Amino acid sequence: MSKGYAAWLFVLPALIVLFLFFLLPVLAGFALSLTDFDLYALADIHNLRFTGLHNYLILLHRPLFWAALGHTLYFVAAGVPLSITASLGTALLLNSKLAWCKSFFRTALFAPVVTTLVAVALIWRYLFNTRHGLINYLFSLPGIHPVNWLGDPRWAMPTIILFAVWKNFGYNMVIFLAGLQTIPEELYEAARMDGASAFSQFRHITLPLLKPTLLLVVILTMSGYFQLFSEPYVITEGGPLQSTVSVLYLMYRDAFKWWELGLASAEAFVLFLLMFGVTAVFLRLVRRGGER
Amino acid sequence: MSFRPAKVLINGLLVCVTAVSLLPLLWMLSVSFMPKEAAAGFPPPFLALRPTLENYRRLFVYAGMARYLLHSVLVASVVTLISLWFNVTAGYAFAKLRFAGRDRIFHMLLGALVIPSQVTMIPLFIMLKWMGLVNAYAGAMAPMLAGVFGIFLVRQYARTLPDELLEAARIDGAGEMRIFARIVLPLLKPIIVTLAVFTFLASWNDFMWPLIVLTGQDHYTLPVALAALSREHTQDSPMMMAGSVVTVLPVLLLFLALQRYYIQGLLAGSVKG
Repeated sequence: MSKGYAAWLFVLPALIVLFLFFLLPVLAGFALSLTDFDLYALADIHNLRFTGLHNYLILLHRPLFWAALGHTLYFVAAGVPLSITASLGTALLLNSKLAWCKSFFRTALFAPVVTTLVAVALIWRYLFNTRHGLINYLFSLPGIHPVNWLGDPRWAMPTIILFAVWKNFGYNMVIFLAGLQTIPEELYEAARMDGASAFSQFRHITLPLLKPTLLLVVILTMSGYFQLFSEPYVITEGGPLQSTVSVLYLMYRDAFKWWELGLASAEAFVLFLLMFGVTAVFLRLVRRGGER
Repeated sequence: MSFRPAKVLINGLLVCVTAVSLLPLLWMLSVSFMPKEAAAGFPPPFLALRPTLENYRRLFVYAGMARYLLHSVLVASVVTLISLWFNVTAGYAFAKLRFAGRDRIFHMLLGALVIPSQVTMIPLFIMLKWMGLVNAYAGAMAPMLAGVFGIFLVRQYARTLPDELLEAARIDGAGEMRIFARIVLPLLKPIIVTLAVFTFLASWNDFMWPLIVLTGQDHYTLPVALAALSREHTQDSPMMMAGSVVTVLPVLLLFLALQRYYIQGLLAGSVKG
């Protein structure tokens, strides 16, 4: 048996799966977004009509879609910086020579990452329950009135953001920790001899040397946070008053509750383009900043 | 000595964040052992003073949790086995074997990583509906049977294997299959364990796709079942916490046992940039 033939036997199963269940659906999804695919077309494909960019035009005029975009951006804009700050902060603590039992702390801080989102989201829903949640109880100790966390449109999204930060920060923490460990200790020693404060060591040594890691983490975290779905599905069901409906939540509802599969495909593609655009703009800004 | 306050401060902060990290999980465990009435009180109790297994009993006897647990074990195990086979052979071939268009195909695969999988879900649903795989385990498993990330991880690792070893075996007349099975697989063992943990956890925790494709509760996996139950039993927190424990515990234990492999994979996967 020749080497080339064997090589194809090795790669083909994976390539076939990726083609059938990823590449083909991506192309089909775009095609779908240009049609009025709905329940009737699902029953009989002859009911399908090509409608060009009509779905995208509908979205432009649909307030709920704009609202969903806004909620998603809110989640990304607040969640990503908070999440990364928490990751970097804990990584710095863990990397400190003064920290005790590092491996215990690291494992404990990482634990939420591996837990099942739906399961821990249910804990969150209970913790933030207005009437018998632990959080409102703790707030009541210093005399703060109970907050209607999940029933008040102003508080629902912040609660979900807190949840996401709690669930995810351990992941980037581990990446930061590995990045921090590559920074040579001598740099800090030299800085200390010159009398640099802890803050200026962080500002002038840690941050610049961590920049490639930071860049990667920001991009990965952003793309993850744009895909907000399960948190509102479990914790708030998109409410109250649709205030936690994200683009993917809207897509899910339009597709699998109302069977507007063409329209929902267009929503998915707009989200994809948005993610792509935001990442590209971010990279561009970083590069320009680097030249100065 | 100015060292002491810094030491106290750093460790104190670590204890605080660790508490924030772990307390919700510990509270879940505690509430899952409380009688229904105790958990609805205010202030909510921290500890189950008279622990009971009643919530677990209701969960398994009335809510059919055993079935969902079985489904999750089945789906995650089969996904892990098949995707290991596909990803490991492909990763090895991309690293060590020559074939037309190898690098071009690989770079295309890497490029595909920017596309979020949700873009594929609607057309995939329609495709699987035509194939009769909606509300079937095969449908839930299909998109997870191979992954660019897994192939990438194996390729990175396989590139470090010495070429001389493979060449020597070829000169001795060993076929490619034999070389793979006898020489390559044993050497790839660490990355295979890493990938196995990753895949199992990802499949176990997967929610959106199973929610879409498993339309009837006779096929639900744990997360989908848990989400559905929580909508039915909004007030029954202890039972939901028991359900969360049943869902989270297996993966948490798996992670604790194989933590080193998991973290290695996470780091290997994040330096691709």
